[in-house]
Amino acid sequence: MNDLLLVLSSFLASAVEMVEALTIVLAAGLTRGWRSSLTGVGAAALALAVVVAALGPALTLVPIDALRLVVGGLLLVFGLQWLRKAILRASGYKALHDEDAIFARELREAETAAHEERAGLDWYGFTLSFKGVFLEGLEVAFIVLTFGSTQQNIPLAAAGAAIAIVLVAVVGVLARAPLARVPENSMKFAVGVMLTTFGIFWGAEGAGASWPGGDAMILGVLAFVLVLAFASVGVLRRRRVVPVTA
Amino acid sequence: MRRFARFWWDFVVGDDWVAAVGVVAGLALTALLAAWWVLPLAVAAVLVATLVRATR
Repeated sequence: MNDLLLVLSSFLASAVEMVEALTIVLAAGLTRGWRSSLTGVGAAALALAVVVAALGPALTLVPIDALRLVVGGLLLVFGLQWLRKAILRASGYKALHDEDAIFARELREAETAAHEERAGLDWYGFTLSFKGVFLEGLEVAFIVLTFGSTQQNIPLAAAGAAIAIVLVAVVGVLARAPLARVPENSMKFAVGVMLTTFGIFWGAEGAGASWPGGDAMILGVLAFVLVLAFASVGVLRRRRVVPVTA
Repeated sequence: MRRFARFWWDFVVGDDWVAAVGVVAGLALTALLAAWWVLPLAVAAVLVATLVRATR
């Protein structure tokens, strides 16, 4: 069950980040030329590979309890950020993430940016794609490495991410448009719940606590976080519709 | 250097520093009491606090 959650978490987190990266790469490619945009994608992939190659083996050397404490803490901080935004979106306090609107904004900015050529490339197109893929990919790399190393199965976490990356890339190439129909907001909600769940579970273990029921308790933690998240959405939605009395 | 530090602050801490501080406090309390139930309660409190801050 933990392995399934591991793959699912890596897959969902990677898919939403890659959908966002695709939007930026498409905007750069369509307005500034595909050569600069795809070179930016390649350079970002290379930079990410260096980060993963450096961090991956290093993480396997850290004692498991210390690793779970640090990784649990970081996953909790990340998870709470994702969950907070997802709850605010689901309850109407924050605008829903709209890939079409973001794509239109990126297109406008890319069309009006000055042309500057460096190393035979359109520099704006190159840096836009590089930053989009590197920054979104860094979060994916972090999630895969931390999930994988803590569960002592980096290849399984990487497999979930790889499936998502290939899937988004293939659909993106076929569609040549932002993947606005992907239920990104729901997926972000799910990722927030999973990061928070794993963060609580590993963080508590790393801090020296023992879960009653062992690894099976992760399902109990998952249920707790789900109830907490949906209750928060319910309360905030009710607060928004309560009329103001004079 | 400042932009580099800013990037990592945004990447790790994000929009609300209360969440990061709350998580560290929750982990410290869990280590102190060695009790499994501390962290879920701490996370619930942190989530509520950060949502209240975002919506007030």
